[in-house]
Amino acid sequence: MTGQATFRTALLDASQPTPGGLTDGQGRPAGRRYDVYRNNVAVSLAEALETGFPTIAKLIGPGNFRAVAARFLRASPPSSPLMMRYGAGFAEFLETVKPLAHLGYLPDVARLELALRRSFHAADHTQADPAILQDLDDDALMACRMRLAPSVAVLRSAWPVVSIWAFNMRPGSPKPQARPEEAVILRAEFDPEPNVLPMGGADFLEALIRGDSFGSAMAAAGEDFDVGAVLSLLLGHRAITGIDFEDTP
Amino acid sequence: MSKSMKTAAIVGAVAATFAAHATTATAQDQVKCYGVSLAGENDCAAGPGTTCAGTSKVDYQGNAWTLVDAGTCEEMELPAMADGTARMGSLEALERDLPMS
Amino acid sequence: MFDQTPAGLPAAPGVGYKPQHFSDILEDAAPVGWLEIHAENYMGDGGRPLAQLRHLSERFPISVHGVGLSIGGEGPLDPDHLARLKHLVGWLNPASFSEHLAWSTHDSHFLNDLLPLPYTEKALARMADHIDQVQEVLGRQMLLENPSSYLAFAESTMSETDFLREIARRTGCGLLLDVNNVFVSATNLGYSPVGYIDDYPLDVVKEIHLGGHDEDEDDHGAPLLIDSHGRAVVDPVWALLDETLSRTGPRPLLIEWDTDVPDWSTLRAEAKRAQDALSKVTA
Repeated sequence: MTGQATFRTALLDASQPTPGGLTDGQGRPAGRRYDVYRNNVAVSLAEALETGFPTIAKLIGPGNFRAVAARFLRASPPSSPLMMRYGAGFAEFLETVKPLAHLGYLPDVARLELALRRSFHAADHTQADPAILQDLDDDALMACRMRLAPSVAVLRSAWPVVSIWAFNMRPGSPKPQARPEEAVILRAEFDPEPNVLPMGGADFLEALIRGDSFGSAMAAAGEDFDVGAVLSLLLGHRAITGIDFEDTP
Repeated sequence: MSKSMKTAAIVGAVAATFAAHATTATAQDQVKCYGVSLAGENDCAAGPGTTCAGTSKVDYQGNAWTLVDAGTCEEMELPAMADGTARMGSLEALERDLPMS
Repeated sequence: MFDQTPAGLPAAPGVGYKPQHFSDILEDAAPVGWLEIHAENYMGDGGRPLAQLRHLSERFPISVHGVGLSIGGEGPLDPDHLARLKHLVGWLNPASFSEHLAWSTHDSHFLNDLLPLPYTEKALARMADHIDQVQEVLGRQMLLENPSSYLAFAESTMSETDFLREIARRTGCGLLLDVNNVFVSATNLGYSPVGYIDDYPLDVVKEIHLGGHDEDEDDHGAPLLIDSHGRAVVDPVWALLDETLSRTGPRPLLIEWDTDVPDWSTLRAEAKRAQDALSKVTA
């Protein structure tokens, strides 16, 4: 008997012997025939990671990426049959990889890439009619709640994470300047893009996503927050799906 | 600025922003574009034979291996940052500082 | 049992759909007769993949080919995955749904490969239960595909063709015959591919797959073919297709090309060759 537990264990651990009970067509031990499966698993998962984290691959180079991927896929094989979801823990894994510890921004860049991928597969949405807020009185505006598209995601980093991404993925982008960046991922139609937020922007958007009122979100964003810039960004990417005026506190 | 003046300024900014976008809410037909997939896809193909990707004995605690090549992190020249994180920079710096296995 | 299944695929050439071919397919005045998608790539919540699929399904019969259900697994089927499949098949109402004689998940770890199982009574009973469950949840007949084999199980007590025949008899499922897989397995395990076709329950074959393979060697220097789907179909596989079609009559024929995906015109030329093979047989 060659149970699937035995077959599976040796797949991801080449120090395990080839499982018994597996043969070639003449009854001889399977030998490297079993390695075809070992290879399929390792190569297909590593390729999925490279497709999902192209910026990380560029930053550390393909050889180093393969070495990292080989370790990650053995420590964390997929828990879902959807390859579009694979790599959810890659950023946290990168934090533990000592040979890359001097590149402190890598985990946040991986988080950005994962957020872009989630945005790519997020539910579609329709933009609310922008005319809705043009003739609003003060109290109604402050009390309203804005609903954002499912493809919107907010990230905070101590690193210039969007600039690093752009430098690698958008030819001609300038070298990143040393600064923290807050980012919002917006998907106008089907292609998500990261955008750097002005100061207070992440607080503002996280408050809206929580369901706080516009007034509370403004308060969370602080004194110098440029609300016009952020709303312009949201509207330009069709990211506001609805505005609720009912049930205000 | 008083609270009511501030609110009025916000309302003005919001109204102006929404007015500016009132005529630009048309959806574009991007369904035809390929775009970047951003994720590995499922398929039923086998990888290339029996390469060492499947048979090399990997230490998956992940702490001991030799960095083999360089990426764009060297080009960025990102200096040390104010958040107290240790040295930034290139893989070269690492090779100088860490014992390699 | 599940004869209310939609019209089915046309006995014409189809190709495995790749997003990079979207515009080419729509601009082609005489494209292929149908398209096959891998179910798992269309299980997100939205975005371009689903928008493209909705668009294509208005113009082409679609075959949903699952690669992640792990029907041959020792454990129970993943209820979440089954629910996702039901949702996809529900809104798309594809012309066909198929999966593999293989497993890919163990203890909730998905290994992203089609892994082999022994041909025993125990494996057969488990597989049949899983197929019954899938057909019940989806409310339609499914097709089961023969694998590419690189090794054999000493514990097997029956041939692959007997195993498949009995599964189809017990569950009422149809079969998807992958002719390249037959050629790969027969070469790797040293039996006659035509003999395999002779033994195959051809009366329940509702779709045929064709694809390219790579060549490697085992420990003894014997040929070890790898089902890579990364190149053109080789002549001996086209010949085996002719043998098969002469017995079955016309069937829906799929060209699978999943790695090193070529441009549309190359893929279209493979589909044309499949059309030529179909033209040689009459219904």
